[in-house]
Amino acid sequence: MQFHEAKLDNGLQVIAELNPQVHSVAMGYFVRTGSRDETSEVSGVSHFLEHMAFKGNEKFNAEDVNRIFDEVGAKYNASTSEEVTLFYGAILPEYLSQTFELLSALIFPSLRQDDFDMEKNVILEEIGMYDDQPAFSAYEQIMKTHFTGHPLCRSILGSTESITDLTSDQMRQYHQNHYLAGSITLAVAGNTEWDTILDLANQHCGHWPAGTFERDTQEAQPPGGLDLITKDTSQMQHIMQMCPAPAARNPMRFAAEILSVIIGDDSGSRLYWQLVDPGIVEAAELGFNEYDGSGTFLTYLCSEPESTAENLERIHAIYQDVNKNGVTQVELDQAKNKVASRVVLKSERPMGRLSSLGGNWVYRQEYRSVKDDLDTLKAISLSDISELLEAYPLGWTTTSGVGPLGDLEAA
Amino acid sequence: MKEQNIQTHSFSNGLTLVAEPMAGVQSAAFSLLVPSGSIFDPPGKNGSAAILCDMITRGAGDRDSVELSNDLDNLGLQRSENVGGNHVSFSGAALAENLATALTVYGDILRRPHLPDEEFEPTRAGIEQSLRAAEDEPRQKIMVELRRRSFESPWGLPSDGCLDDLPSISIDTIREHYGRCFRPNGTILGIGGNFDFEEIKDVVGNVFGDWEAKDDPTFETGQGRPKIDNIQHDSAQTHIGISYEAVPFTDPDYYAAWAAVGVLSGGMSSRLFTEVREKRGLCYAISASLNSLPHAGRVLCYAGTKSERAQETLDVTLQELIRLGEDIDAEAGTGIQQSELDRCKARAKSSLVMQQESTFSRALSIARDWYFLGRVRTLAEVYDKIESLTVESVLDYAKQHPAGDFTILTIGPEPLEVNVAVS
Repeated sequence: MQFHEAKLDNGLQVIAELNPQVHSVAMGYFVRTGSRDETSEVSGVSHFLEHMAFKGNEKFNAEDVNRIFDEVGAKYNASTSEEVTLFYGAILPEYLSQTFELLSALIFPSLRQDDFDMEKNVILEEIGMYDDQPAFSAYEQIMKTHFTGHPLCRSILGSTESITDLTSDQMRQYHQNHYLAGSITLAVAGNTEWDTILDLANQHCGHWPAGTFERDTQEAQPPGGLDLITKDTSQMQHIMQMCPAPAARNPMRFAAEILSVIIGDDSGSRLYWQLVDPGIVEAAELGFNEYDGSGTFLTYLCSEPESTAENLERIHAIYQDVNKNGVTQVELDQAKNKVASRVVLKSERPMGRLSSLGGNWVYRQEYRSVKDDLDTLKAISLSDISELLEAYPLGWTTTSGVGPLGDLEAA
Repeated sequence: MKEQNIQTHSFSNGLTLVAEPMAGVQSAAFSLLVPSGSIFDPPGKNGSAAILCDMITRGAGDRDSVELSNDLDNLGLQRSENVGGNHVSFSGAALAENLATALTVYGDILRRPHLPDEEFEPTRAGIEQSLRAAEDEPRQKIMVELRRRSFESPWGLPSDGCLDDLPSISIDTIREHYGRCFRPNGTILGIGGNFDFEEIKDVVGNVFGDWEAKDDPTFETGQGRPKIDNIQHDSAQTHIGISYEAVPFTDPDYYAAWAAVGVLSGGMSSRLFTEVREKRGLCYAISASLNSLPHAGRVLCYAGTKSERAQETLDVTLQELIRLGEDIDAEAGTGIQQSELDRCKARAKSSLVMQQESTFSRALSIARDWYFLGRVRTLAEVYDKIESLTVESVLDYAKQHPAGDFTILTIGPEPLEVNVAVS
């Protein structure tokens, strides 16, 4: 695999990892903007804008966009997070130039008023869809509470009210301020040529406005709290808890990732053996999420409402034990074997490499090969884990929930 | 399409190995289909295959539950166990060098599971909680309940089990299900990735070769009904499920059926997405897909929409399904268009080529082919069949198997009117 990088005159970063062995090529625009870069007046605009991109520009209307992607058999979509809006597609190499032109057109859409009005309905339906998924509602709620007073508190979807009130002018303004070439990374992975990529990038992105959107990346100081959404008709209680963890540029993130596998992977972890395997709960997991300047350990519990408090105590006892005694070499080695295999399997498809390639660049301006990832993983020691736990002990600063419970003592 | 090297070997006990060595990958993946799925759940004990599927990895051969899990984790095996109507299936993927060892462990799981008394209650309790959690997810629940109303039993019964039946299932039910159904005859092992066929054949022979065949188990069939139904639920959206008859995977017309559903729901330029979401903004999620049993097939559709617009969503969706069979009139722009079929073909080509990048996809695909067809299709064969479709052949299919005689289920605050004839 061969890595290349270049920066266009307007500041657009182009990176590529080429591999003649594979059958396809994946490309993605990673735009460094998301819900944390919004204000309350325009809450949800990044995600709504991601939808509006598919309505096209002056050359391609909405029907053209959908039709042409399907004509080339592209596997394509977009996603919006707190920090990154991603537009991507995987295609057979012979369709790269057509796909390149179309995907690039999405980044500077026309934002027509009638398209905006119609798509607003779809966004409101999407909000309704997630309202019917308790785990998702619990996630939105915990981000809001945990990051109170910090930009990461903002909902990705926005609310029914904020979306209803949003105008196309506000969206245009947001697009103009945030979609600047210096804030965009074009990543390509798979079977193609570097010269081809550069030519296409110059042709389709060279005229994009220069500039960079800056964000405040100060580490959050979560005040903690408890916020339960009571839903009497729910069968199960969904609980999320959060505490601080290393940020995206913190080298301790590797130890944090492996610790979350040891403690809270969906099988073979401490939470699994002590809560899921005995049939006490439906799910108990620990995840690690990294952001610009901040990070979180996220605990998810789904159990019967009556035993929720007791189950949280079980989880907290595990965390206290880990904070005090660390983990064992056997646990560490086993988690490394699991993660190494995941890294390799994911890397066999260009789409799998794309997210890693783009993510590393957007957050760290760094290229990491599969071998780099495996070497780093191999080198993690028990003392790295201890050092991590010293700085970021496992905990439950903030609690959210969806289900029948109106109160919760163990939180 | 690159030439493939697909090899098969049938062992004398009826177990079949289907394998595709692949170039340019470091991994190997397997898909092990054991014909012991939920259709073999005893009547009134729906959920026995699901409990067995969970319990069977809780200790086997010389390993207890924890040792077994640890050893597979240390092999870096990404694994899952699933219960479907036909099969309990075991899939895994790892670096190719660990494939043989992993298969040895699966020999223990399939042939020498402990199924101990003390693991029964934890497993049953876990399944009960999963089923209760699914009650809180209407989008998940509707497809389970739509299947129940669309297919005759036991095919339509939930493969994950149902809450009402759980109390009547005991450890004896589980052991009996295992003893009756787990057998080499009819078991299919699909493997894709970086390995040598002769070597892996020997490994499989050592692990499974002396497993004794048994008589095939039987089951009784019954009706799936009612056809029009609503489940009252205090949800933000009304969730709509629709199904109608199609041909199964084994039918020569399957490719035409696939294209017909592709025109409806094959991509973001397909009819349902365009008419229901893009032009009318009625929903976020809408889809239709072909669902196949060995002897029957149906198209299953889903749409989720705010309750005040649910009636319009149902009406428009049904109209689109029915409109698929209308005649081609170039002037009026009606009927299936050449461009619609061309897009289906392009998507198929891309999917087929990209399958060669995934050992997991290939393992599953060749095992599935063997189950339905008793042979494995090459990617080139599938490609040729799809390329040879014409607008006329797809339209002929749509006329012979028109969308109609619908099964319709909604989950939401209010029932909806069905404004088409239902027999």
